[in-house]
Amino acid sequence: MSTQATGRSLVVALPPHERSEVSVARIMWSVVLALMPTTLVGIWFYGIRAAVVTLTAVGASVVVEHVIVRYFFRRDTTTVTDGSAVVTGMLLAYNVPAGIPLWQLVVGAVVAIGVAKMAFGGIGNNPFNPALVGRAFMLVSFPVDMTTWPVPGSQGFATWNLDAVTAATPLGLVKEAGAGGLSAVADQLPSYGSLFLGNIGGCIGEASALAVVLGGLYLVWKGFVPWVVPLLYLAGLGLVTGIAWAIDPGTYIDPLYHILAGGAMLGAWFMVTDMTTSPMSLTGRMVFAASAGLLAGIIRLFGGYPEGVSYSILIMNALVPVFDRHFKPRKFGYGASAGGAA
Amino acid sequence: MKTFSIGGIHPPENKLTADKPIVDLAPPAQVAIPVSQHIGKPAELVVERGTEVKVGTLLAKASGFISAPVHSSVSGKVKKIDTVVDAQGYRRQAVVIAVDGDEWEPGIDTTPDLVQSIPMDATSIVARIAEAGIVGAGGATFPTAVKYSVPEGKHVDTLLINGVECEPYLTADHRLMLENADELIVGTRVLMKAAGVARAWIGIENNKPDAIAHLQERLQTLSAAGEIPEGTLQVLPLEVKYPQGGEKQLIEAATGREVPSGKLPLDVGCVVSNVSTAIAVYHAVQKNRPFIDRIVTVTGKELVARGDGGNFRVRIGTPVSALVEAVGGMPEDTAKVVMGGPMTGKAITSFDVPITKGSGGLIFMRAADARRHAVGNCIRCSRCVGACPMGLEPYLLEKLVQAEMWEDAEREGIMDCIECGSCNFACPSNRPILDWIRLGKGRVGALRRSRAAARAGK
Repeated sequence: MSTQATGRSLVVALPPHERSEVSVARIMWSVVLALMPTTLVGIWFYGIRAAVVTLTAVGASVVVEHVIVRYFFRRDTTTVTDGSAVVTGMLLAYNVPAGIPLWQLVVGAVVAIGVAKMAFGGIGNNPFNPALVGRAFMLVSFPVDMTTWPVPGSQGFATWNLDAVTAATPLGLVKEAGAGGLSAVADQLPSYGSLFLGNIGGCIGEASALAVVLGGLYLVWKGFVPWVVPLLYLAGLGLVTGIAWAIDPGTYIDPLYHILAGGAMLGAWFMVTDMTTSPMSLTGRMVFAASAGLLAGIIRLFGGYPEGVSYSILIMNALVPVFDRHFKPRKFGYGASAGGAA
Repeated sequence: MKTFSIGGIHPPENKLTADKPIVDLAPPAQVAIPVSQHIGKPAELVVERGTEVKVGTLLAKASGFISAPVHSSVSGKVKKIDTVVDAQGYRRQAVVIAVDGDEWEPGIDTTPDLVQSIPMDATSIVARIAEAGIVGAGGATFPTAVKYSVPEGKHVDTLLINGVECEPYLTADHRLMLENADELIVGTRVLMKAAGVARAWIGIENNKPDAIAHLQERLQTLSAAGEIPEGTLQVLPLEVKYPQGGEKQLIEAATGREVPSGKLPLDVGCVVSNVSTAIAVYHAVQKNRPFIDRIVTVTGKELVARGDGGNFRVRIGTPVSALVEAVGGMPEDTAKVVMGGPMTGKAITSFDVPITKGSGGLIFMRAADARRHAVGNCIRCSRCVGACPMGLEPYLLEKLVQAEMWEDAEREGIMDCIECGSCNFACPSNRPILDWIRLGKGRVGALRRSRAAARAGK
């Protein structure tokens, strides 16, 4: 707009005239950075294959999103630079065993990005966590390959075929123990130290709880994750499994084991905290996380699968609109009790 | 250290002119003084073309309870009664005066001597404030006398002087606190007397430690000398957080009291006035000087980097062009000129816009800071929810307004929005959330008025 007295074109816009430096891309690339410890630990234990699996999932996710934006949405730009497809690809990779056939992973990425994310309108519009939808699809479609767990560190760094040495996951062992009780498998269970630092069978991202927590703490420090959310998820899981353990410690393993084993850490720090698929108010997110944790414990103890993290989060994702309706932030000027549960 | 409890953001402070002492800007060749520089009814003209005026001559008188008179800020002759586009972009009636010399009305005490004793009683103080055309100089421009006319049955126990200056870039109040601390203290005591309160706090964010220390030192000296009763007037250092200068936020930060939705500070026993308002009150009551000038921070990254910019004492009605000239012209890289602070100020389109009672700043923004970013999808990050100091859900209000669901927007508290801009600032997708909310507030306000009219008609 040209102006009378200024003799220069000036931008006319409504206030505010300041914008935060935090963009969607900055948030997403921070998550990518936060996943780096997990990536490195995965490669340390599973060698070159883990790196290829990660790159394949990321590459497929980015390509699928780009193709959909350009040729289905018919836009001139692309959305892949915002980093969210990279995050989905990484999370998908860390939720599968390192030995997964690559073509299956590509199918998973197509479902994650194509069906769970872009079909709903792209970033921000997906009701379910895309990586978890992709993983759930793979689990029902390729049940054998999705539950063949290479033993970490058992094979050389450059070994491509990891299927030579496989073993049950810690949670699988606990689940299978059944009537024999935990004492039957006690000598096969990894120590807490191993669970925390790594070196246990499972998905790539489950190798080390420590690596996941390091990344999660980085996101807390950046202000992208409220620390209470992952803790409440783990607390919910600990509560259910703790009650079972208190009642019958011969059959059920203790809650600390449940928190450190399997995908609980990855779920708590990187998937329960997913912005798009969790409620908007902090109280809503807290109840959401705690409920998902309880659900994960119930599935682990009584469900058909040894692991319950993915499904606990997907089920809670479906309830987010209900949470948003009933958990509101406290409004200013309505008395101390106003604005809570409606 | 205290602060308000809900929401808030930390925009870059950019207080580039904090070290620049206030400079008097000479009256320009011509001023255009709008008759409406306040919230409420425009003032009624009492001069016409050809009238000779002096500094302080009444130009237009208040036209109702919520209104404020307007005085001449210069001496000279009324050239014409015209309209001028103000910072908001509206055409306003204005008195255009050709300046001749600098002669003041004889009743005004123009000496720099500090007048400490306050002989007037509360009623005369409020009347004097009204006559002097004092309005909230922090930007809200609500007539100050109305605030201090405490209705029957209400009790005020706390006066808050707002020295927060939470808007980035602006340093006018900061400079006033450093350079005119004694006037501020007397002005505050005048306001305490007007409101009938026994305690007053001057709230200052701790990014201005020099102002905090200076005022504390002055208060100590004065109470040691017996000039003011000890402990009644205190400096309240506050944690830095935007929008702490919002009336409701400052009250809550200082006293813990929440002004209920739709109510006034009076309802929780508080009155709030800005630092520059308190100093204007000092001049009005102690020196018989009406509201004829104010401090304007002229700033911008390139402007200050090249050594220009600063804080100027400017006569009301001075065109922006005179300020631009005073700082050596508009910087090369200027893409947006904002009058007021960057969070709530208006982008102006013309340098003919006059400085009015509420104009605290003039910011030259570089192209890099002024460009609009592409708007992306809402990713439900909830940063706007976390930022909102009123505990609203800006993303939801945006959606409800887009869907024209006015009743739902009203139920979600859209009218509680103080338009601080924190939601827009925080949004990582550059969504114009506040633009939508403003639109919705207009529609919901109209809905409420039509409801009230329907009730009255029955």
